[in-house]
Amino acid sequence: MTALTIAGGRIIDPANAVDAQQDLHLRDGRVLAVGPAPAGFQAETRIDAHGRWILPGLIDLCARPVPDLPRELRAAAAGGVTSLCVPPEVGPCIDTPAVAERLLEQARRAGSTWVHPVGALTRALAGEQLAELAALQDAGCVAVSPGADTIADSRTLRQALAYAASHDLLVMLSPRDPWLHRHGCAHEGATSTRLGLPAIPGIAESIGLARDLALVELTGVRAHFCRISSALSLPLLQQARARGLPVTANVAVHHLHLCDTDLAAFDTLCRVDPPLRGAADRDALREAIGQGTIEAVCSDHHPLGADAKRMPFPQAASGMAGLETLLPLTLAAVWEGRMSLERAIAGLTIGPAQILGLPLGTLTAGAAADLCIVDPEQRWTPDATTLVSSGHNTPFLGRSLRGRVTHTLLGGRIVHRLDAPPRDAP
Amino acid sequence: MMRPNPPDAPPLRHLLTTDGLSRPQIVSILDLAESFLPVGERAVKKVPLLRGKTVVNLFFEPSTRTRMTFELAAKRLSADVLNLEVGNSSTRKGETLLDTLQNLEAMQMDMLVVRHAESGAADFFARHAAPHVSVLNAGDGRHAHPTQALLDMFTIRRHKRDFTQLAVAIVGDVAHSRVARSQIHALRILGVPDIRVVAPRTLLPTAIESLGVRVFARLEPALRDCDVVIALRLQRERMQGTQLPSETEYFRHYGLDPARLTLARPDAIVMHPGPINRNVEIASAVADGPQSVILEQVTNGIAVRMAVMALTLGQAPARSGTA
Repeated sequence: MTALTIAGGRIIDPANAVDAQQDLHLRDGRVLAVGPAPAGFQAETRIDAHGRWILPGLIDLCARPVPDLPRELRAAAAGGVTSLCVPPEVGPCIDTPAVAERLLEQARRAGSTWVHPVGALTRALAGEQLAELAALQDAGCVAVSPGADTIADSRTLRQALAYAASHDLLVMLSPRDPWLHRHGCAHEGATSTRLGLPAIPGIAESIGLARDLALVELTGVRAHFCRISSALSLPLLQQARARGLPVTANVAVHHLHLCDTDLAAFDTLCRVDPPLRGAADRDALREAIGQGTIEAVCSDHHPLGADAKRMPFPQAASGMAGLETLLPLTLAAVWEGRMSLERAIAGLTIGPAQILGLPLGTLTAGAAADLCIVDPEQRWTPDATTLVSSGHNTPFLGRSLRGRVTHTLLGGRIVHRLDAPPRDAP
Repeated sequence: MMRPNPPDAPPLRHLLTTDGLSRPQIVSILDLAESFLPVGERAVKKVPLLRGKTVVNLFFEPSTRTRMTFELAAKRLSADVLNLEVGNSSTRKGETLLDTLQNLEAMQMDMLVVRHAESGAADFFARHAAPHVSVLNAGDGRHAHPTQALLDMFTIRRHKRDFTQLAVAIVGDVAHSRVARSQIHALRILGVPDIRVVAPRTLLPTAIESLGVRVFARLEPALRDCDVVIALRLQRERMQGTQLPSETEYFRHYGLDPARLTLARPDAIVMHPGPINRNVEIASAVADGPQSVILEQVTNGIAVRMAVMALTLGQAPARSGTA
């Protein structure tokens, strides 16, 4: 498939401020032209995209493609995700070039989504000895990270950030005060009080963030803050940016939709880390996407078997499957008028691409032909028959969502096509 | 939002929390308990309401009083009772809670009385239980202990007829107390206008006001003109960390002693869910004094648990208009 035309769709490409019904022509895995076909171009394949949206392929800054990598990468493609970052704590810890290269090779063989490993900042993520960061970078790691936890010892973290800065590495941090964070399983508020759940206050995040920002300022490292969940963190991010610090942030899509009241009577599907916070936090996070305080939305995909959630709430595992609901849930905030379509799509495409410093997330002529075609009107229900991922651990299971990916193209190759959707084109 | 006890569904299948119960539901339990109270005073302390039913007491935490009164309640209703004290759940290697539940169901139990160290454990069992099984929460983590709260309401009602005129003070470790949470919900549902909690801030959950209580940092103003004073048990392990410096300091500022009790109304009653720590949260002179109803609570606990068991298994006798 070397020449392909996607005809009649609405191209939404926030990187180029494009939102228009135009044809898209692809050749040899790249975008050839937007609009009229160049002279002499003969499409071998034509996809009719009337009534559909054409988006740059989604870029997910945090997804755990486990336990079955090919299957989870197919799930990514089904969700329109063409690039995903794998955090270092997933599978065998990504603390050596060999582990990173093996993951990349497995992903290449699976062939449905680009995988970008995030290397471990310290060996075995133990927070003690530096990993070979430059070697990890050479092996293809797009960033390094202390993993889902932080490094409690500020001196160690300072050294690690300084070393990462000297190699111009991006560091992905999950800001938290480990002592305020570690004993809890729910947001500290009226719900945790009523349910008697050990709680994690919002300041567990903002205290950690304040410390990390001070270290970023000291070391000059480029830092990306993952899964911001508390409204208390937002002014700190704004102030840091105003002072010119090279910092960016993402939010997990479930934090844009759910809050602590969704725990209801101990719904373990709603146990995530950081925890679902208050309604005011959720609203502030949506606003922060709209204002650009937070540049990216990630799935924080974490497929878990049923047994991991069949426990009393404090003992249940944290995590939610999210690759295939990433786009419809982000769009739900648009349908509800909480953010503009452009900001929402930017947060899934050019926003994360710029964070990673990769030439992705746009449909400019010459760019890689990673894209997805979306039926914005199609309603569908995530369940065992519709989800590709092995993880059905999502409270959105059985809930009707609007907006569905019908095709995903990776380097101009169709890697996902919804088989029997209404109005599908060949 | 899913609530375990929808207020408009009077036939109660499980009792997991007092949160969300309706006033008529609570009143019907208390009324039925009233009719069971004389059973314990008879020579033959038995009624045949649950004859042929199997009740399993599944306790993942040690308990004496609660387990014994549940057992007595079931036996006085003529049920067959199985007691399983499995201690700490982590010692039960291999078998998950769900396996335990399914095994007990395979033994054809009708009711599961469960205590567990984690909040939400009773909801977990109720969610996964077979349709004919009723689950009673005998205490889950810091979440709820509904039968304790109901026996406390029963005891208050026997002394104070009108809940809507009462001031009730709950003194002590509310943060870790499932009893306090269940009491607060029950008191609110019954219309108590003035619920006070008093403890150092380290022993109060952050958002305790959201449950509809007034918070006091000092004991004396909290006790003033109270009709009911409830002291909570203080776990010794609270003294090992940063929640409290010492038992002595706690007793000096929050211990219920005779002098402080004079601040409450002269006819105030003193309650405690037990077991008491003498001279830690309550002075012996108060625990054993004329205003104490602590032992009465234990006796009432049997009748209230009988009522809850009879109602949830759908075997309540026809009522004869008890008030």
